[in-house]
Amino acid sequence: MLAERIPDLSKFVEPDRVRREVYTDPRIHELEMQRIHERVWIYCGHESQVPKAGDYYTVQIGRQPMLMVRGADGKISVLYNRCPHRGNMMCGDRSGNTGEFFRCSYHAWTFKHDGKLRSIPMESAYAGTRFGKDNPDCSMKRAARVENYRGFVFASLAKDGPSLKEFLGEAIVAFDDMCDRSPSGEVEVVPNCFRVIQHSNWKIFLENQLDALHPSVVHQSTGRAAHDVEKMLAKKAKGGEAPLSYHMLSAFATVTIDKWDNFQTINYPYGHCVLTGYMGLRPQDPDTLAYDKIMIKAYGRKRFEEIVAVNIHHVLIYPGLSVQSPLQQLRAVRPLGVDRTLTEIWHFRLKGAPEPIYRRSLAYYNLVNSPATLINADDLENFWKVHQGLSSDGGDWVSFGRHFGRDIEKDGRVETGPNMGTSEAPMRGQMKAWAQYMGNGK
Amino acid sequence: MKSQHAVEQFLYGQADLLDRKLWQEWIDLFAADGVYWMPPDASYKTWDGQPAIFAEDRNLMTVRMNRVLHPDAWSQRPLWGTNHVVSNVMIEKEAKNGDVMVRSRFHMMELRRDDVRHFAGSYMHQLKKTKQGYRIKLQRVDMTNAQAAYDYVLQVWV
Repeated sequence: MLAERIPDLSKFVEPDRVRREVYTDPRIHELEMQRIHERVWIYCGHESQVPKAGDYYTVQIGRQPMLMVRGADGKISVLYNRCPHRGNMMCGDRSGNTGEFFRCSYHAWTFKHDGKLRSIPMESAYAGTRFGKDNPDCSMKRAARVENYRGFVFASLAKDGPSLKEFLGEAIVAFDDMCDRSPSGEVEVVPNCFRVIQHSNWKIFLENQLDALHPSVVHQSTGRAAHDVEKMLAKKAKGGEAPLSYHMLSAFATVTIDKWDNFQTINYPYGHCVLTGYMGLRPQDPDTLAYDKIMIKAYGRKRFEEIVAVNIHHVLIYPGLSVQSPLQQLRAVRPLGVDRTLTEIWHFRLKGAPEPIYRRSLAYYNLVNSPATLINADDLENFWKVHQGLSSDGGDWVSFGRHFGRDIEKDGRVETGPNMGTSEAPMRGQMKAWAQYMGNGK
Repeated sequence: MKSQHAVEQFLYGQADLLDRKLWQEWIDLFAADGVYWMPPDASYKTWDGQPAIFAEDRNLMTVRMNRVLHPDAWSQRPLWGTNHVVSNVMIEKEAKNGDVMVRSRFHMMELRRDDVRHFAGSYMHQLKKTKQGYRIKLQRVDMTNAQAAYDYVLQVWV
């Protein structure tokens, strides 16, 4: 219907600006769910969320309620959370253990962990009908494709499309950087998910993630407040240094707008992008030195230096994941509607790294990413205000013009020019991918 | 009976400071090493080294206070306010020196612009008796809706 009314959605996007309806029209939102979220690779969860056979975790992919489940053979399946009989939701809780099989709470049909029908009561009543154990309509439907990269499980609801590795491309660094910082090369989830709902379109959140101009404007209040306490604590401390967690907060104010321009964004196909620069965190305290020693033992000095030299602040994997690999946390973005977006926020432990290293990134998780966040409260306020503003007839376009025309394009990647870290290239890159997905919609 | 009344007055007074946005006075109810802790789940045994919605000493409380008082705390511009009701006050332990461990229940209604939210749960206070009155060593806040998705966030203590 909409496709008839609006023949070419890619007309909504120009290289340096985008129509406001892209954020506010519920019909465009429905098409996005069909053409983007329910086709591309979406992050389901980490394999350590479901360590034992029968463990499951529910997850929303586009509009589809799915569940990620561990089988007795150790394999992880991603299934539609739905009984094929009468459509009853199979697992009503967010997570849990389903035992040796799934059992529907309505008519007791049971299914193996891979979704295959196991048994039904009164099977003889179906003699001569279309029911049959080998009829795929009688099993729980599986996600078309599931892939696992270093423990991070993704699913795609479309049979065709690039492999996960092709899709991620160079943005795969998000998971390599996170895992490589562990002496064992592995991370495991810290078993707690913070969930926060934003009253704004999902793209507004994604566009903010690599917007290097906003922190010093939006987070000035927390940055200043933390800087004052940091100075006071540093004066009192023996070594003259306050705990690193204060620096994580004060950097939002002490890194001024012009300094953010020193960073760089690199933009990849499919809308992914990376913001380089890491608030200058390569401390030389005893905890870090002890960690360095373990890492050098595990990897050798040369490889260790390569690992810690990776200089990333954020990796955005379009359309649904924001990863802060050096702090071992990620935010998965689940659109709930055109103006409501859920973020699921997870922290990971570097397996084999000393406790203080875990605690350091935990402080960031608690202070920045918890529901009592000292940082995101002001972001979410802005996201809501952006969504309100875009709902008005006060203008037709959203501008992404900062440093436009000065991007450096090479082999499919777009880099911002020198000292242009605050460039709106990431937003331009995301909207370019959006137009490709939406314009090609069948 | 005497400590029951004194403890109740203390808890009511603490909640009243929040509703009146008297942040410094509220912080001053904590002992020098006092901690305000809201675990994400009732099963947590300690705030130390664990995910926490809040786990704040007086220094972090000061950061939070100065943030909300900063003129550029954008999210503080709109009208907002809270109303706490504290009840079911039960003293669990009382030491000879007058220190007490007390459990209570709270209900907080919050208005922000035109939106109303409700948060409810239990408080566990470890109170130290001093010449100036009770001071909080640890306040544990177990919200019934701790694990529910947060519609927006919490900006100050509950």
